[in-house]
Amino acid sequence: MGTDVRMWDASSGALLRVWGLRKKYVRRDAVWRKSVPVVAVRGVDFEIPAGKTLALVGSSGSGKSTVARCVARLERPDAGEIRMGDVDIAELGNRDLLRFRTEIQMVFQDAVTSMNPRFSAAEIIEEPLLIQRRGNNAARRSRARELMNEVGLSPNSADRLAMEFSGGQRQRLAIARSLALQPKLLVLDEALSGLDLSTQAQIANLLLELQAAHSLTYLLISHDLPLVARLADSIAVMSAGQIVEQGPTPHIISSPTHPETQALLAAAKGFQSAYAATLGDSL
Amino acid sequence: MRYVGRRLLRAVVLLLGVSTLCFLFTEMAPGSFFDEMRLNPQISPETISALRAHYGLDQPLVARYGRWIASAVRGDFGYSIAYNAPVAPLLWSRAKHTLLLTTTATLLTWLMAVPLGVWTATSRGRWLDKVVAVGSSLLISVPEIVIAVALLALAVRWRAVPVGGMMSLGFEELSAWGKLQDVLLRMLLPTSILVLASIAVVVRHIRASVLEVLDAPYIQAARGHGIARARLLFRHVLPVAANPAISLFGFSLAALLSGSLLVEVVTGWPGLGPLLLDATLSRDLYLVIGGIMFSAVFMVAGNFIADLLLLASDPRIRAGGPDAN
Repeated sequence: MGTDVRMWDASSGALLRVWGLRKKYVRRDAVWRKSVPVVAVRGVDFEIPAGKTLALVGSSGSGKSTVARCVARLERPDAGEIRMGDVDIAELGNRDLLRFRTEIQMVFQDAVTSMNPRFSAAEIIEEPLLIQRRGNNAARRSRARELMNEVGLSPNSADRLAMEFSGGQRQRLAIARSLALQPKLLVLDEALSGLDLSTQAQIANLLLELQAAHSLTYLLISHDLPLVARLADSIAVMSAGQIVEQGPTPHIISSPTHPETQALLAAAKGFQSAYAATLGDSL
Repeated sequence: MRYVGRRLLRAVVLLLGVSTLCFLFTEMAPGSFFDEMRLNPQISPETISALRAHYGLDQPLVARYGRWIASAVRGDFGYSIAYNAPVAPLLWSRAKHTLLLTTTATLLTWLMAVPLGVWTATSRGRWLDKVVAVGSSLLISVPEIVIAVALLALAVRWRAVPVGGMMSLGFEELSAWGKLQDVLLRMLLPTSILVLASIAVVVRHIRASVLEVLDAPYIQAARGHGIARARLLFRHVLPVAANPAISLFGFSLAALLSGSLLVEVVTGWPGLGPLLLDATLSRDLYLVIGGIMFSAVFMVAGNFIADLLLLASDPRIRAGGPDAN
């Protein structure tokens, strides 16, 4: 990891610092009723500069989603710090957490199941505002329409049910919902995985536009390196609950050192050489 | 509205089918109401065939079916040979007692099962969940008749509640309050049997459907917004988990007339159960068919009501989307 020292030094304005994060699940053996501990994350350190994107990549079971869930505090980490400014999110109790939840929002992989099937598009976007007791009905409704506009959905479809939207539109809706509370950090947990390539590209563009417009910081969880290369400023590769390699995106993709990174690159055939070519063009 | 119309039409067709099958099967069953008379040497064969002609039993099946349909449309549902009276009023006077019993039991079952199911689902793996899991497995695996006989034996041994029938001797002399007490006390045993026999299935269903919703990602999304526990339960979990419960509730309604027949016979409750048992044994043809049709009407109506409730509660069905039904 010696290669990336310069970049991490320069990032004194880090929005999020994660240090020594650990999380273990207890699975109960079905037959003998014995507790079997499963260590999902064993000591993970990283930080994300404000307005930048860090991609956490790795094969399934590498613990990257657990890290995401800990950062969004859907899980409580067993040990370690998750710092945003002076606040250690890992330590927050219920009441402080409620206030803090507005700072970090998560976008889930499956936009269909991550929305209440009985809610209309507007209700889905208004729900976080309602939970956080923001504004009155009219203000929430106009905010919902504004957000729909911003993510490229027609506000005229505000009363349609989520299931009536196409896959890409649903993911736009999910992004609109995650922006409702004006968070600083978005955790994108495989948020683009279920989409076809052209839709994926459109949503990726949307994410880049939103990032520029609101100086958002992204933690992107993915196993798809070509997509990561488009969105992320830096990459951290996870394997078996640990970060095995991290650094700036061009560096990781052009000269991967860890076998896990090489395997992920090999999965996207011909991508590495194509990427080198685009780098050459832009230089 | 088209949905409702379609369902109604289907219900009518279904009832017609049930009545046809009823006639075919009773026709195929051996014996007739007059078999015992035939063995009696003092009754001449002429008398018996005159009786058969009187009740129309000498006519071909199709003609009898036609006459029965006409009578059903008039609201009589045929004529009982044993009671020498139209079937419908006869059934209705008994059905009232059955409904008193089953409505109470169904209400009690659901009032207890829904909170218990939700509670066990939200405290998965804790002691309450485990106790309920063991208890409901036990109740599901023991047949209703065993529960009935066991409770009956206990009631008799402990002399806890009066057993048998719906009213004490001298019921007519009691005050209104005394009458109510008497009936309630005598309802206790059959109602408890019915509740015990049905509650486990409902608790399990509710628990399973709440658990399924609790695992859905949108519940986590709401948690990520910082939602409070009670609000999560009432706004996101219960409305969605209600669907399977509503369907099951339809079955409960459907069983209002037919679910307690056995328990009524065992505990001597003067409902439809003993009446239909006697009618079947004595081959009182139209009374049996009438009883089956009454149950079928409730069955169809129960499911129809469940469909309407689903329609009212689930926007996906109203939208007629791919997930409907």
